[in-house]
Amino acid sequence: MTEEVIYSFKGLYRDDFRVKGYKFGEGEKSVCILGSLRGNEYQQIYVCSLLISELKKIEANGQLVKGHSIMVIPCGNPYSVNIKKRFWSIDNTDINRMFPGYDLGETTQRIAAGIFENIKDYKYGIQFASFYMPGYFVPQVRMMKTGNENVELARQFGLPFVVLHKPRPFDTATLNYNWQIWETDAFSIYTSSTEKIDKISAKQGVNAVLSFLSKEKIVEYHGFAGYKSRVVESEKFLSIRANEAGFLESLVKVGDNVMKGQVLAYITDPYTSEILQTVKASQDAIVAFEYDSPIAYKNTALFKLIPGRW
Amino acid sequence: MSELIESVEDVVRIPLPVDEEYVIRKHRLKSSDGSGQKRICIVTGIHGDELEGQYVCFELARRIREKAQCLSGIVDIYPAMNPFGIDSITRGIPAFDLDMNRIFPGNMDGDMNEYMASRIVDELLGADLVIDIHASNIFLTEIPQIRINELNADTLVPIALHANMDLIWVHGASTVLESTLAYALNSRETNTLVVEMGVGMRITKEYGEQLTDGLFSLMKELGIWTGEAPTVRKPIVAYDAEGEDVCYLNAPCSGIYIKEKHHGSKVKCDEIVGKIINPLSGEVMAEIKAPEDGMIFTVREYPVVEDGSLMGRILREKVFMENLT
Repeated sequence: MTEEVIYSFKGLYRDDFRVKGYKFGEGEKSVCILGSLRGNEYQQIYVCSLLISELKKIEANGQLVKGHSIMVIPCGNPYSVNIKKRFWSIDNTDINRMFPGYDLGETTQRIAAGIFENIKDYKYGIQFASFYMPGYFVPQVRMMKTGNENVELARQFGLPFVVLHKPRPFDTATLNYNWQIWETDAFSIYTSSTEKIDKISAKQGVNAVLSFLSKEKIVEYHGFAGYKSRVVESEKFLSIRANEAGFLESLVKVGDNVMKGQVLAYITDPYTSEILQTVKASQDAIVAFEYDSPIAYKNTALFKLIPGRW
Repeated sequence: MSELIESVEDVVRIPLPVDEEYVIRKHRLKSSDGSGQKRICIVTGIHGDELEGQYVCFELARRIREKAQCLSGIVDIYPAMNPFGIDSITRGIPAFDLDMNRIFPGNMDGDMNEYMASRIVDELLGADLVIDIHASNIFLTEIPQIRINELNADTLVPIALHANMDLIWVHGASTVLESTLAYALNSRETNTLVVEMGVGMRITKEYGEQLTDGLFSLMKELGIWTGEAPTVRKPIVAYDAEGEDVCYLNAPCSGIYIKEKHHGSKVKCDEIVGKIINPLSGEVMAEIKAPEDGMIFTVREYPVVEDGSLMGRILREKVFMENLT
């Protein structure tokens, strides 16, 4: 393993801004894995740290197939992580809305360009991503439907679901989208959490990447091969929304099977405890997303359900 | 003789979790002389840290009341599209960390913000003209200008000429901008001009007066104002779809930027427009020079810069020459 600084600039009163990559093997740029681009993506950094630890062992045991190189970038934005701010420290811009970046542009455009220049030539690109709403996901691989997406490859991760979604205008400036445009097969992996470390789903994420690398004959790995993934279009998710605003009391967890009519949560009056809404499942389904906040705004997607059962 | 009818109405009202309602309101000023009236909508406060439009909203209503008999149509004023943001000195939508101007056209069945965006678009659709007033951000001061997506230049530039602005900047199309209010409305055949002027978190009264004059000129053109309209200045029009009219000054290092030239200043090639200093070491880290002759129309206001921070924009001299011919 070699450690390299792939992008940096000098701070005025802070230490230098550095983006570090951990490189395994030599040869074809086979896979790049990126963790956090935002300051609250602790789980995404954690998954990368576990992956780096596993890849070190794999390399030391001679199980990294010759002719392949792998790069892991645990964090593209340590400045924001260290001040516990989701977006960029000074201007609140989002690095994951700046790709492919611009090396003569503003700070986050330069960071995006600096990172992208180093990672755009990899055959496969994997990003541990997070959702803008606080909550938990059933582990899944998400791909944008750019016309370049390869669903069969996404199944190789062995995660329960492969989710396809149609890009919205702002998606065109994300890393995943631009990787695909630059002909990298790009995948976003969602483990369960973002701001809290969930060790079980982190290990599932690591296993998913190693399974993928093994099936693509990049490493020799004999772990759990994973699930036979179900492919779901994101438009097919059922959003169960709050009709009222108030305290949220959830009764089910992400990954649960729920039956049509089953009570999923209550929204209560924060002053009187009166039940304002009894939130029910609209059909038999798997809970794919669970909103995680004590308060719910009106219209918030409290749950996203995938129709069917495990 | 027509009378002025005024009302303050809800555009959106949504209950919040704890004993409060989220409300976006408008002030409608309308003449009583019958149906089929034209409508102009003045929108501001999509970014909660941009306050220049606040004075314009006030001043517009004040002047209309002064000569109420000259109003012949509807003027809808929306001073706070992002009331949470204005109240908490937050550019985006607090609690959601979202840029409100990246969620249009919204979704009636979406979350609270998408729903609000959808309601706002429905509210404004069909207006004869919408003016969306922005104030740069807390980092940069802008000369009064209108920004127009090249896709709408043919329709909007002739209208914008009446707005009493110093500059009309026709910029290239970008997919990301498809989530803005202006794009959502212009693509639905509701003409919308985006004004950028001044600086975030401040009110520049002089700019507010200038734009208010422009609004009366626009209302006169639309037939909404029968009184006299102020004479408007002739703006520089930069057709910059290819990005060739403007030089960008980005910081070559982190430090404290000390500006030497104000916005609106004419500069010569290699003239120093500012410097980046290091107060810790007492050194000048970089002298910032104009790369070409031109006019500084954007200048850094917030002194802390880091590698890449925008310190200014210069409109190239050739654009002036083109405007003279």
